[in-house]
Amino acid sequence: MQKLTKEIQDTAKKLLEENKVDLVVGFAKGSLPLRSTPYFARTAEQAEELVWNQFCENNLANYLKKREEKVAVVAKGCDIRAIVALIKENQINRDNLYIIGVTCQGMIDRNKADELVNGKEILETETNGEEIVLKGKDLEQKAKVEELLYDTCTRCAYGNPVIYDELIGEEQPAKEPNFEDIEKFEALSAEERAQYLAKEMEKCIRCYACRNACPMCYCDTCFVDESTPQWISKRANSAKDNLIFQGVRVFHQLGRCADCGACERACPMGINLSLLTRKGVKDVKETYGYEAGLNPDDKPVLSDFETDDPQPFLMKE
Amino acid sequence: MIINKSEIAGLLDNLVKEYRVYAPVQKDGIVTFEQINEGTQAKPGATSKKPPKEILFPQSEELFNYQVDSQGLRMEDKIDDTKSVAFGVRPCDAKSMMLLDNVFHNDEYEDVYYTTRRKNTLIISVGCNQPASTCFCTSVGSSPFDTDGSDVLLTDIGDSYLAEAITEQGKEFLCKLNLPASDDQAKTKAEETKKQAQLTSEVDTTGIKEKLDDMFDHPYWESLYEKCLGCGACTYLCPTCHCFDIADEAKDCAGCRVRNWDSCMFPLFTLHGSGHNPRTSGKERWRQRAMHKFNYFVERYNASACVGCGRCIKNCPVNLDIRQVIADIKAQDTGSEVS
Repeated sequence: MQKLTKEIQDTAKKLLEENKVDLVVGFAKGSLPLRSTPYFARTAEQAEELVWNQFCENNLANYLKKREEKVAVVAKGCDIRAIVALIKENQINRDNLYIIGVTCQGMIDRNKADELVNGKEILETETNGEEIVLKGKDLEQKAKVEELLYDTCTRCAYGNPVIYDELIGEEQPAKEPNFEDIEKFEALSAEERAQYLAKEMEKCIRCYACRNACPMCYCDTCFVDESTPQWISKRANSAKDNLIFQGVRVFHQLGRCADCGACERACPMGINLSLLTRKGVKDVKETYGYEAGLNPDDKPVLSDFETDDPQPFLMKE
Repeated sequence: MIINKSEIAGLLDNLVKEYRVYAPVQKDGIVTFEQINEGTQAKPGATSKKPPKEILFPQSEELFNYQVDSQGLRMEDKIDDTKSVAFGVRPCDAKSMMLLDNVFHNDEYEDVYYTTRRKNTLIISVGCNQPASTCFCTSVGSSPFDTDGSDVLLTDIGDSYLAEAITEQGKEFLCKLNLPASDDQAKTKAEETKKQAQLTSEVDTTGIKEKLDDMFDHPYWESLYEKCLGCGACTYLCPTCHCFDIADEAKDCAGCRVRNWDSCMFPLFTLHGSGHNPRTSGKERWRQRAMHKFNYFVERYNASACVGCGRCIKNCPVNLDIRQVIADIKAQDTGSEVS
């Protein structure tokens, strides 16, 4: 990881010194254990603050929309999928963007680490290759990094960036997308599914961290914020309305969601949001053989029409 | 007085018969304050993800219902005067309630919804033996065993809690419980526990109000908000944030006026009916948040609107740390330094 950090810093410094870009968006060391934080380097000196580790969980594509200046971004596979999707939607100008692609083995889920140490406070971590040591007062817990990764990361097949101007890190072995979690959910009865979703939605506090962390959510005014008409209640204690909020968000993401899990990572209440987004990702893949943000040259699937497109929604089951 | 930990559940069972009892409850790994029906549901000593301010100032509350029919207009106020007990509140959260009292009950205004709940709610706090690394209450005028805002303060001394009445109501409440008196040994243990509760996180907040007096147009705000996503996790999980929005939910001739928490981080916050918004970007919104907490509130009520609970630090999706913001503000050059 230190090697990757050094390579990222050197690349960023060079780009800034040679005035190829005005800004490098990457990560710096966070203020808490298991955290890195988005960072904006505008000088070579600031570029030395850039880091790369398994705590770089945010999707930085979020910070690239409608930028006027020339920007470089330190981006992992899922960030780049979102970037590709945003280029197609004219939110990012590819000509002004330099992509420092970083191959990715997955990011560590803070909640899984907290669960592992059973309520004790993690104050420090030490990573030795495939192992991480979580340290605190009366605490020294070893764990395999692999076991602490975000579920979205363990199921991700795109650790290798699909586009980049420069690639950092070793190539990751090819993987197939895995939708076991969704298949399991689909196998439940309609009643069980409704019950599960109601329980999840009861936790929602409508802070909109999910929506705001999502690179693909950029409507000028989100439908939940409309007041004329008011589509849904503003009350957070209405699980039904919370589900409408999430449901509409997922529908709006069909064929666009890069399956990065940023929504779920941002949720302070631990709601299983990727269950909904990934159901959309799976359905679009099965119906149209399309996954968002993989091919810079095709059209977003739901913005395109072929006469032989499957139209299962027109048929009776 | 002494409360044995093994008797807490039974004690709460008795309270439930007389009061509406709120306590920290753990569900799916997340602790929140909820109304309990039996004592075993409570997890005293756990810090809740969402602060207990919602007991007095719910995230969404119906203020009144209205209906228009052939008889004319009818309105029904929804004032809640149920006798309640909030058990297991953290001292920082109890302190926040005292700060909120200033907002909802002052010389110019009394919010009857809040004050009625407040008058009818006893706050039983549990001091913090082991403050978290994100706690910085001592930097903002509080401490792990602060009694401000509590009616009773419990100190965890191992197998039992030492209970101290802080207010007259607290005293009456404890008397009714018929608890054994605390002996010298328990009192000494409690004193030691209080002394041992050390915070590892400190922020120098001295003079921040005066510093901010000169910072409204400072370039610092241009960079502060850059990584902020503009969500409401920090404000909704803050025990002292109290901005709200009023919405009418009506159908035909009947409706309800609802008060919902609002957040200065949202683009809709202070959006005028004309479409104009004095706080157009994250820059103005973050400035509002910092100013409200450490300048405007101090000016009005002589205390910062931050109790150092650390929830905004732990829960920010992008790790924007308020302690760093305070340190950065202190380090800015405002051109009017008096050394």
